[in-house]
Amino acid sequence: MFSNLDLQKLVFGRLTLEAIPYHEPILLITFAMVAIGGGALLGVITYYKAWAYLWTDWFTSVDHKKIGIMYVVLAIVMLVRGFSDALLMRAQQAISFGDNQGYLPPHHYDQVFTAHGVIMIFFMAMPFVTGLMNFVVPLQIGARDVAFPFLNNFSFWMTVGGAITIMLSLFVGEFARTGWLAYPPLSEGTFSPGVGVDYYIWALQIAGIGTTLSGINLIATIVKMRAPGMTMMKMPIFVWTSLCTNVLIVAAFPILTAVLVLLSLDRYVGTHFFSNDLGGNPMMYINLIWIWGHPEVYILILPAFGIFSEVTSTFSGKRLFGYASMVYATVVITILSYLVWLHHFFTMGSGASVNSFFGITTMIISIPTGAKIFNWLFTMYRGRIRYELPMMWTVAFIITFVIGGMTGVMLAVPPADFMLHNGLFLIAHFHNVIIGGVVFGLMAGVSYWFPKAFGFRLNEFWGHMSFWFWVVGFYFAFMPLYVLGFMGVTRRLSHFDDPSLQIWFVIAAFGALLIAVGIASFIIQIVVSFRNREALADLTGDPWHGRTLEWSTASPPPDYNFAFTPMVHDLDTWADMKKRGYVRPLEGYKPIHMPKNTGAGAILSAFATIFGFAMIWYIWWLAALALFAILVTAIGHTFNYRRDFYIPAEEVVATEGRRSQLLAEHA
Amino acid sequence: MVLPHVRFPRILLMVPVFGLLGGCNAVLLSPSGDVALQQRDLILASTALMLLIVIPVLITTVVFAWRYRASNTTAPYDPEWHHSTQLEVLIWTAPLLIIIALGALTWISTHVLDPFRAIERVGPGRPVAAGVKPLTVEVVALDWKWLFFYPDLGIATVNELAAPVDVPIQFKITSGTVMNSFFVPALAGQIYAMAGMETKLSAVINKTGDYDGFSANYSGAGFSHMNFKFHGLTQQDFDTWVAKAKKDGKPLDQAGFHELEKPTEAEPVHYYKSVSPGLYDSILNMCAEPGAMCATEMMHIDANGGGGKESEANLERLQSDKHKVREGNESPGATFPASGRAAHGDEQPQGMKARPNAGEANAQKTEPGTKQGDAMPGMPGMKKDSPAPAQLNN
Amino acid sequence: MTHPSTPTADGEALAFYVAEDAHAEGSTMLGFWIYLMSDCLIFAVLFATFGVLGRNYAAGPSAAELFELPTVALNTAMLLLSSITFGFAMLAMEKEKLRTTLVWMAITGLFGMAFVGLELNEFAHLIHDGATPQRSAFLSSFFTLVGTHGLHVSVGLIWIVTLMVQLGLYGLNPANKRRLMCLSMFWHFLDVVWIGVFSFVYLVSVLQ
Repeated sequence: MFSNLDLQKLVFGRLTLEAIPYHEPILLITFAMVAIGGGALLGVITYYKAWAYLWTDWFTSVDHKKIGIMYVVLAIVMLVRGFSDALLMRAQQAISFGDNQGYLPPHHYDQVFTAHGVIMIFFMAMPFVTGLMNFVVPLQIGARDVAFPFLNNFSFWMTVGGAITIMLSLFVGEFARTGWLAYPPLSEGTFSPGVGVDYYIWALQIAGIGTTLSGINLIATIVKMRAPGMTMMKMPIFVWTSLCTNVLIVAAFPILTAVLVLLSLDRYVGTHFFSNDLGGNPMMYINLIWIWGHPEVYILILPAFGIFSEVTSTFSGKRLFGYASMVYATVVITILSYLVWLHHFFTMGSGASVNSFFGITTMIISIPTGAKIFNWLFTMYRGRIRYELPMMWTVAFIITFVIGGMTGVMLAVPPADFMLHNGLFLIAHFHNVIIGGVVFGLMAGVSYWFPKAFGFRLNEFWGHMSFWFWVVGFYFAFMPLYVLGFMGVTRRLSHFDDPSLQIWFVIAAFGALLIAVGIASFIIQIVVSFRNREALADLTGDPWHGRTLEWSTASPPPDYNFAFTPMVHDLDTWADMKKRGYVRPLEGYKPIHMPKNTGAGAILSAFATIFGFAMIWYIWWLAALALFAILVTAIGHTFNYRRDFYIPAEEVVATEGRRSQLLAEHA
Repeated sequence: MVLPHVRFPRILLMVPVFGLLGGCNAVLLSPSGDVALQQRDLILASTALMLLIVIPVLITTVVFAWRYRASNTTAPYDPEWHHSTQLEVLIWTAPLLIIIALGALTWISTHVLDPFRAIERVGPGRPVAAGVKPLTVEVVALDWKWLFFYPDLGIATVNELAAPVDVPIQFKITSGTVMNSFFVPALAGQIYAMAGMETKLSAVINKTGDYDGFSANYSGAGFSHMNFKFHGLTQQDFDTWVAKAKKDGKPLDQAGFHELEKPTEAEPVHYYKSVSPGLYDSILNMCAEPGAMCATEMMHIDANGGGGKESEANLERLQSDKHKVREGNESPGATFPASGRAAHGDEQPQGMKARPNAGEANAQKTEPGTKQGDAMPGMPGMKKDSPAPAQLNN
Repeated sequence: MTHPSTPTADGEALAFYVAEDAHAEGSTMLGFWIYLMSDCLIFAVLFATFGVLGRNYAAGPSAAELFELPTVALNTAMLLLSSITFGFAMLAMEKEKLRTTLVWMAITGLFGMAFVGLELNEFAHLIHDGATPQRSAFLSSFFTLVGTHGLHVSVGLIWIVTLMVQLGLYGLNPANKRRLMCLSMFWHFLDVVWIGVFSFVYLVSVLQ
């Protein structure tokens, strides 16, 4: 190809044609599907001349609602990718017994489980949670947007950049085969040379910048931009959980950033932070990564708790029981989540006192969590519970999460953990709380706020299909893993010798298929609802008899959210306003001050992604160029002083007039 | 302090999850070693404690969810009821009380069952007799097999472990490669095996039998087959087993260890009748390589203020991670391009056996003995003339 | 600000909305402060790493042999002086004196450059002596901690230059004043971190 190898190295780094897996059927089919699907999508966009619309109205948008929606779309796309990995693993484990080696060789299988974990946590759950917070929080506090709208757009695109990087590893080169936390020394340059771990590092670093900035943004928004009268103890509970989550993000993600920098230095420069030799200490990595990793699980679950609180209270037609104790419970969980990280590695050989300290702090977290469960139960008590989809998810959550919480406390007893650690019991436990807690919560949140975001409700039939397949599928997929855990089966195995285990893996694979139907039903539900959007339209803006401020404005809300900033007198502000006979103002509109759209975020993220790719493949010139481009674009962006504009009063009058008309027709 | 052996009512086993296990071999629930037995009891005790609150919560959830459904207009409806001090006190104190009980249990049991602490009993009500010397076993995790030294007996084994029943065993555990976890579920809980460090595990086996042992921490391509059998034997059978090892085995020296160190999958059992002195210590101190500086020496120099500016020679003697790769061993986690194989290819990493139904077409294409791992069973390691994979990352 | 009120069912007159376009101000300072705290955590990790690895010389050179306290003291003086001069720039900004602000910023930048220059010089000496980041865990953690701080100062220098250009172009408008406040927080933050580096890394390592 190239006569001069050095020239090739200079231009392409370590990237060669062999990096493209054109001989691997699974990947070829995947690639073909992505190419055909993507091509069709691009074709449709081009055909309808929608590029300009997408660019000006969505990609460059600084509107928190649109950014929130884009986050959720990203999360759903990555859910499909991460779930495909899960199906591959379940299939392999269901057939790979005795002489049958399955269809995935170990070094493939190892990449699949690594990618599954990384994608589900960083590129499914995180964007999903961030998206919902982005969409809902400003509406719930009566604000027009977040504190730093441009930063919000930039954060989103950085998350996309990370997702693109990890997706690239499928088609160019390979992904890490180290497990989702890339423990050294295995992840060190000496033990994992090649691009796998570098893909891991750069995908997480690029997305991590976005996550940290979005955390800063939402804290500032919640602290500074609440509507007049909304004291801290009058904030909707979802805002409280979002605040705590973002505090956790800001206090945890820098640790991940730092520890990944140290790992990169080990890999790229040859330093000795986590090596076995020359004074390095791999145990330090394991400590540091879990000082981020444990708060991370609360980053995911707290917003879900908030969603369940909103949903329970709305659909029980009742005030939330024990609001104050709910808030204290959230804050206590936030603080305690930093004092438990060592429970992820009791087996590393700490002393008995250290182990029991961390075991007991872990158990203590179950006290505020238990209080929350009781609060939801007593919110349902003496309510009038309407079993709409969000409420169904909530009841399924309470039952599932209680079981997951119980197995979690079992793991918190160090000597019991010596038995259960790294086994399938552990896998069952964390899927029990992450699916039963986080995913169920996100599904509840999507079906709850979907009408607000798009102006029409979701189809019920497909919603019920999705719900039942998800819930039943979950129990089929993970209860067998508890059993296998008691049989002493460990995680990350791609082949088994004992044929008596097989039946349990087959049941688990069956469960995964049920979940696949659940996910498919969810996607069908969105399509069907879109096609029937006229019939499902929500004209009132308040389809569920909501209690918080987002239900006081139109569905979908106008760009400016509220024509007038609301005044807050009580918790459950919108319920309070309705009760006290609030009349919607019809005149006196003023021009509204709004932030302007900008493409800087998308461009910066594109350069960052190129920089990451160049670093992964050692294409040094491209990395330098991309870094320079980032610097120039960022500085150039600061020379733009005109970042805002006014929506003229006439436009507000027109928008609000249309709404008055709709409301009148509806009444 | 010894954790009292609590007898649990049979009814506990009727709990659904455990009920399912009636028919299968749930080793964690019916272990054969006293330490694992105490850990099992702890699992059951903590579950029982939590069920005290979990079962009422589950029942209440179902009852409330059903009774207060919108269509049931006979149920009371009180939209403003949102506070009750008595209930608040109850919902915070009930879990608190259970956690206090569980916390006390945790503190005591964690200390009693600390793997670094020598066991004080070989079974319920059977304290270790005075003067009994435990059987010491030194454990080394390698890619992807286990090497066991019996320093008191002078033998070593690969992928087979044996011990007489009711005799305390003292494991000293380290790794010659990346992190692994030493786990024999029927015997006792697991503990990590890490290079340059020694963890300990004190345990005893009470019933004769063959038990599974394995690595419980992912360590690379051959991890799935990094398992071994642990034989609980009568003293007589154990003596026979030792005699057999002495008869059948070769001697193990530094060179033999380097051969053994190369990555292999599903390494067959073999024995060593003798071991060159200090081999385990040199592995532990990352100086099994000729000329390497041991970690103890390095730490001694460091404690005395370092080796000074003119210490280039020490650097070379201390790069134990790199020497494993220099020896022609493929790194356990290598990916493209450093793996030397096409991305996502079917070709197996070094030391891995050919996959009959996955890489058949591919295996035929590959020249025998070039990059393909050694597929002949019983032959440890890779062919000597095979090139080391490109290490582009160094 | 007027609050249009509606008579409610229980007879109270309550305002449910603000008639004026309420606009939240001042979240930039809070946001930037939170960013600094997150940056502080990165340094915390690096300090902790140095705390764990700082005596692992790997039979190589130790801190006592390598560090030259007088040079580091000079370096420290540069950074502390730059903080003072930035303070003067801020005082000038308060008094709306654009030229004085620019002059003090330039002086701050010069001190900052001197700091970075001295640090690079120190690094070059160390590497020349064989004390490279690859030599031992101690040197890895030392270079990373001090280097990360140096990188921050360099970014601060780029920021100073950029902001000086923007001040020259647009004067002391509210946006530029806000940026000056942020930069000032950033600069003083780096100063505080350096005091930690100087005491914890240099003094403690050498004088123990």
